[in-house]
Amino acid sequence: MKNVLLICQKELKGYFASPIAYLLMAFFGLIFGFGFYTATRDYYRFSFQAQMMGQQQTMNINEQIIRPLLQFAATIALFLVPMITMRLFAEEKRSGTIELLLTSPVKDIEIILGKWFGAMLLYMCVLGMSVINLGLLFAWGKPDLKPVLVAYLGLLLQGGVLLAVGEFISTTTKNQIIAGGVTFFVCLMLWLLSWFTAFDSGASASVVNYLSIVTHFENFNRGVLDLKDAIFYLSMIFFSLFITARAMESLRWRA
Amino acid sequence: MIKVEGLTKRYARTLAVDNISFEVEKGQIVGFLGPNGAGKTTTMRVLTCFLPPTSGTANVAGYDVLENPLEVKKRIGYLPETPPLYPEMEVLEYLHFVGKLKGIAKSDISRRVDEVIERCAVTEVRTKLIGKLSKGYRQRVGLAQAIIHNPDVLVLDEPTAGLDPKQIIETRELIKALAGDHTIILSTHILSEVEHSCERVIIISQGRLVAIDSVANLTNRLRGAEAVSLEVEAAAGHPDPTEVQHRLEQVSGVSRVVMKDSKDGRLTFAIESLQGRHIRADLARTVVNSGWNLSEMRAVGLSLEDIFLQLTTAEQTNQPEAQPEGGKQ
Repeated sequence: MKNVLLICQKELKGYFASPIAYLLMAFFGLIFGFGFYTATRDYYRFSFQAQMMGQQQTMNINEQIIRPLLQFAATIALFLVPMITMRLFAEEKRSGTIELLLTSPVKDIEIILGKWFGAMLLYMCVLGMSVINLGLLFAWGKPDLKPVLVAYLGLLLQGGVLLAVGEFISTTTKNQIIAGGVTFFVCLMLWLLSWFTAFDSGASASVVNYLSIVTHFENFNRGVLDLKDAIFYLSMIFFSLFITARAMESLRWRA
Repeated sequence: MIKVEGLTKRYARTLAVDNISFEVEKGQIVGFLGPNGAGKTTTMRVLTCFLPPTSGTANVAGYDVLENPLEVKKRIGYLPETPPLYPEMEVLEYLHFVGKLKGIAKSDISRRVDEVIERCAVTEVRTKLIGKLSKGYRQRVGLAQAIIHNPDVLVLDEPTAGLDPKQIIETRELIKALAGDHTIILSTHILSEVEHSCERVIIISQGRLVAIDSVANLTNRLRGAEAVSLEVEAAAGHPDPTEVQHRLEQVSGVSRVVMKDSKDGRLTFAIESLQGRHIRADLARTVVNSGWNLSEMRAVGLSLEDIFLQLTTAEQTNQPEAQPEGGKQ
């Protein structure tokens, strides 16, 4: 556990010692801020119009601003994850520091978990930028807090899966560009799976649909904390970290 | 301290290390010598538990590298060919990180870091970013990293590669100074380095063990044979090279005559004797009796360089007479 923390700390320092952490936070902040601006502006217009027309339709901040925004955040995350994970192992392999890690009295799994936690913490920092915007809604409006928290939990779990997949891909190459590119492709595929079977039914379609990473997030985003979805994410994280460990072992045998 | 038996490492298609066995005793400095691609780095990587062997066993400080890798890693310090440094860290920060990684107790870390910083003479760059350091300083930080947990065994892969002459001397002194407390294996393809700093040499070539002996023994063994450079002149006109060569070969005790040079009627030969034979007197007599002038004769000592070439090229061409016996001490 001590070693996991040590490696996690080192990774986090590495992210913040280079521009990558600040760039990701800035990009995400800007894009999310832009989405936030448009969403609130339209919300304001609609509610104004509704009042003018004398309609008694209730407007809901949770449903009309926060939910689409967090869905949007989940999509942006697909683009951010490759940039976070591509360096994890590829950089160490290229610069030879992997020899230091693998010849130190540290277990492989401690290295893998440490790196994953480090990536998770950076991902949380990036997502944290959105809290600034949503905080404004809570300051001047009365949205429901609980579904927002559940949605953030979903974002973290979805991010955890993608980061673990990215970490695995990073062990397979010493080229960061390749690691990032392949991770991006895989993230997109996991996302697109739900489109693929949008109008199909039957066993195969439901399996494919089940594997799609975004369908599980939709429940979280509705504020529904379903064990089935949580288990899907947790088992995907476990599976990805497990094959990362296998890949590291084969790294030693092949070198 | 280190015991390697029948170590073999095979990559997908190539056999990198082929059935190597050797032992290193506590406190020794052993030079691992071989041309590039001979399998030095692979052997070291097996010893440091970076790579598992395909077959055979390696035992470091009483622990097997396959069965007890964590225990081996605690007792071994490793400086790979390229020092494993994080350019975005400062020297102090990096050494603290490695110290924790190697499992040094929290209360001891600062003391150990200060010690290795002083020992490796990196005090003046301690707060600099590693990415900004010169090659020499990087190498020293790499060495500091390897000794920070005071390991029983130090494995150094080409510790002086790419340094300038002054830095090479400093690094050698540092390694020598470390020898008392640590058992050291260092690899190199530079022979003078072995002559300078090692007590024993392990020569490998194409993945196979060619010789293992003390430096003194190895040089003596081949110095038992004489090597002579001889210059012959004709009293009048040019001597016939083939005739001279033929006559010289007839001298008893001569094993090999090679003509090196012929210019202005002067012929230069390199002559080697058989083991333990003195041939200079006979050579001189032969030359003079044949009516030529002996203008120069000098003994040429075989350097470690020659020995190395003899051993490694003999291995390649499979000349049975030069096959060394892999004697252990």
